[in-house]
Amino acid sequence: MGTMLRLRHNKDLFVLTYGALVAQLCKDYEKDEDVNKYLDKMGYGIGTRLVEDFLARSCVRRCHSYSEITDIIAQVAFKMYLGITPSVTCNNSSRTEFSLILDKNPLVEFVEELPAGRSSLCYCNLLCGIIRGALEMVHLAADVTFLQDRLKGDRVTEIGITFLRKLDEKKYRRKK
Amino acid sequence: MKENGRCITKLENMGFRVGQGLIERFTKDTARFKDELDIMKFICKDFWTTVFKKQIDNLRTNHQGIYVLQDNKFRLLTQMSAGKQYLEHASKYLAFTCGLIRGGLSNLGIKSIVTAEVSSMPAYPDTGLHPKTPRSQPELKPRVRCSTNCATQVLR
Repeated sequence: MGTMLRLRHNKDLFVLTYGALVAQLCKDYEKDEDVNKYLDKMGYGIGTRLVEDFLARSCVRRCHSYSEITDIIAQVAFKMYLGITPSVTCNNSSRTEFSLILDKNPLVEFVEELPAGRSSLCYCNLLCGIIRGALEMVHLAADVTFLQDRLKGDRVTEIGITFLRKLDEKKYRRKK
Repeated sequence: MKENGRCITKLENMGFRVGQGLIERFTKDTARFKDELDIMKFICKDFWTTVFKKQIDNLRTNHQGIYVLQDNKFRLLTQMSAGKQYLEHASKYLAFTCGLIRGGLSNLGIKSIVTAEVSSMPAYPDTGLHPKTPRSQPELKPRVRCSTNCATQVLR
């Protein structure tokens, strides 16, 4: 029982710290766009390093398509770091645009609603930066943004990943 | 220099917020605290274990409101070289932690000032130490000094 409580509190620490980070950024920057931008930037820095940890711990095989990569992000990476498994949809016929639908999101557990005057705030924008940074370290350029956000009143929370360059098999190497 | 100071203040404030929230979550399940020392022991054991996966190694007090918490292997700094070059950055990692303690105590009704100091070991020559070497890594030993200047406590 003691361990269970400790684990829960550990998660609380993470969630609360993320909230404090966003709150501090909101104090520092008046415009929502700026807060979103800095969250993305910080996430990018984290993602470029996190990918090494991920590859070391997950032993994923070489991927042959953007679709496989997106599945791995949703089913392995999100599971490993956030304990959730978003569902994946493909949004175009050339299979370069995907969406991650987040049913649950531990980062917003203590957020009741966005603060007044912050209606354009992408509270979890750090996640977009992390995905973008991680992909770039495996030589994949992608745009990652929130397409829908429950905190903004949308029905679901949806992260859109658009792969920008054709996957060059020779360039993609799995880091050992 | 000023930029560093502002940065430290912000980090400490963030830690304060998190500490308040965390203690609230924590103490829903724990019994009432007997006294101030009981609270400090809680910080050293349960609180520190949740945040850093280990307990405080040494707690000293003068029984007049000053407590010194010693962590011999402070986890936020173990990946840093023990040389002097990173000591100025070490203070940023400590600032958040000090705020965490101050915020936790604050929600338990204790106003405090929390400072931290790092005593560094002499620098080892770079021999490419990695986890398998039997030689132990140089350690930073931050000591968190808590002085309570207002001992009103709210026992829950």
